[in-house]
Amino acid sequence: MTLLWIVGRSLRQHALSSVVTVLVCALASGLVLSVFSLERQARAAFTSDVGFDAVLGARGSELQLVLNAVFHLETSPGNIPWTLYEEIAATPGVDLAVPYAVGDNYAGFRLVGTSDTLFNEWTFGDDKSLAVVPPGTFFDSTRAEAVVGSQAARATGLKLGSTFEPIHGFSADSQYVHQTTYTVVGVLEPTGTPIDRVIFIPIDGIFRMDGHVLRGTGEDYRPDAATEIPDEHKEVSAVLMKLSSPRRARTLSEQINRQGTVATLAAPISGVMADIFDKLGRAVDVLRAVAFLVIFEGALSILAALWNTMNERRREFAILRALGARRRTVFSAIVLEASAIAVIGAALGYLLYGLVGLAAAAYLKSEVGVLLEVFVWQPVFAWVLPGAALLGIAAGILPAARAYATEVAENLRPTS
Amino acid sequence: MLRGMNLLEIEGLAKSYLDPEGRRQDVLRVESLAVGEGEQMALRGRSGSGKTTLLNLIAGLGLPDAGHIRIGGTEITTLSEAARDRFRARHLGYVFQTFNLLQGYTALENVVLGMAFGPGRDRSAAQGLLERLGLGDRLHYRPGQLSVGQQQRVAVARALANRPRLVLADEPTGNLDPTHAGEALELMRSMCTDAGAALLLVSHDEAVLERFDRCVDLSDINTARPATAEATR
Repeated sequence: MTLLWIVGRSLRQHALSSVVTVLVCALASGLVLSVFSLERQARAAFTSDVGFDAVLGARGSELQLVLNAVFHLETSPGNIPWTLYEEIAATPGVDLAVPYAVGDNYAGFRLVGTSDTLFNEWTFGDDKSLAVVPPGTFFDSTRAEAVVGSQAARATGLKLGSTFEPIHGFSADSQYVHQTTYTVVGVLEPTGTPIDRVIFIPIDGIFRMDGHVLRGTGEDYRPDAATEIPDEHKEVSAVLMKLSSPRRARTLSEQINRQGTVATLAAPISGVMADIFDKLGRAVDVLRAVAFLVIFEGALSILAALWNTMNERRREFAILRALGARRRTVFSAIVLEASAIAVIGAALGYLLYGLVGLAAAAYLKSEVGVLLEVFVWQPVFAWVLPGAALLGIAAGILPAARAYATEVAENLRPTS
Repeated sequence: MLRGMNLLEIEGLAKSYLDPEGRRQDVLRVESLAVGEGEQMALRGRSGSGKTTLLNLIAGLGLPDAGHIRIGGTEITTLSEAARDRFRARHLGYVFQTFNLLQGYTALENVVLGMAFGPGRDRSAAQGLLERLGLGDRLHYRPGQLSVGQQQRVAVARALANRPRLVLADEPTGNLDPTHAGEALELMRSMCTDAGAALLLVSHDEAVLERFDRCVDLSDINTARPATAEATR
């Protein structure tokens, strides 16, 4: 306890350099926690179960398809014919197929035209279904009605009974406002998935939106409000599917991606995203290396801060020795002081990580609809504090050795 | 003759240093010296006479080349450095000419520090000491915020904080004007008397020395060559 008492007074005496060094350590620890934890969190969030196993879309990049259809980022890679949707929906091993048609937005939030299959048959997480906040309902597929994701509702102010006109394209800045007025009939309960950022309307509404042209047959077809649209003219941007087994995903992928020329199947969705994170691995490694360098710099700053005070503190050590402190007591006090600086810094680093993590989580939630579990246990949480303590000890050894070697009589002489 | 009643016994003490040219220089040769339990004794020593070296050896801050130093029957010259540190923390008090208070500590903390390595920290006892020395309203002042006289009193309180059997004082009034020096000295002596501690004080100030019943001239008992002593003081 005496050691801690002495260390406490020393930190107080050298308050400015102590605070500065603690802050450097806090930044270093916060950076390490952020890099390690947020990378794992982001990977977990983007590769977690999104409620679908596969996405079928236009021929092109699987990543673009997944980002567009699942995370509602990126532009659509194009459309596939409605007949292909019907064909895949009837394929053995496809348990559920949900058509998505995109191309419009409201206030920057995507409009997704879909069928009521999404509401009635799709489950996600632990067998949960989509639900609307009472007294709302899901849309009637024959009407200009909309169901708004929880986050989109909060951000746009859309609520039950609100009306709006969709804006063409994926940008809210677009000049083209469609003439159809949609009425909000339901606001979805939060799901913690990208769906929270979507405004759903009947898929027929997308087909019939003024200005939209259907090219299911390869020819332009402009729907007439009074007549049924023939299936061959219809198009969808993507089909989100639940499959009976991973093996089925592989066989479908073989059929569609290798043998076919019209469409692309991204399956499994988590695998596509994991690939991206794997490809980003080197960049993450660089970030980790930078984080370690900053940690090392933190340790050096402790060493420098203590070393620079050694001259002025020689008399202090000599006095402690004259009062009966052993050499190893003085040595331990300096090592403990270095370690205390590192540990206090690391503790503040956790706080910093919390702030950075919450900001990152808020950003990702608003921009991508992905939830980061910032405070879910991560291995890095366990080793930053003891790691900082060990680095502090290592940083304190040189100054402590100098304090250990202090000659008492020599340093107790009057200075004037 | 020295054994039995004495608290401090010194026999055949010798200390030398190597000078920068590598020659051995005698600084201290004391055949015998004793201080009784509770006795207050002064050593007259001019600058360079080896008085600080003597006090440091008695305090166990260094080892002699030869001779014996017994305090309360314990031969400290045979103790390891750590054991001497422990002994010093438990049984000795030291008042320095420049007081050597820790500038980052308050008056109270400086006194508490005097107990830290011996009997253990006791804030209320430290506070009591300072109050007895008239510093009850300066407990939380740093040394830089105290007058020289007040700093000296804090130094005395710190030296007595571990209830020592022997207090060593090296020119304790050297930084005080004559009036304050007299007051401080009487305070120190009465505090030692109250605590039952012996006092061994070295000074070159005759006004200080004449207050002691027993005063020994260091130059009479130190047979080391003066020139060497001058060089190594």
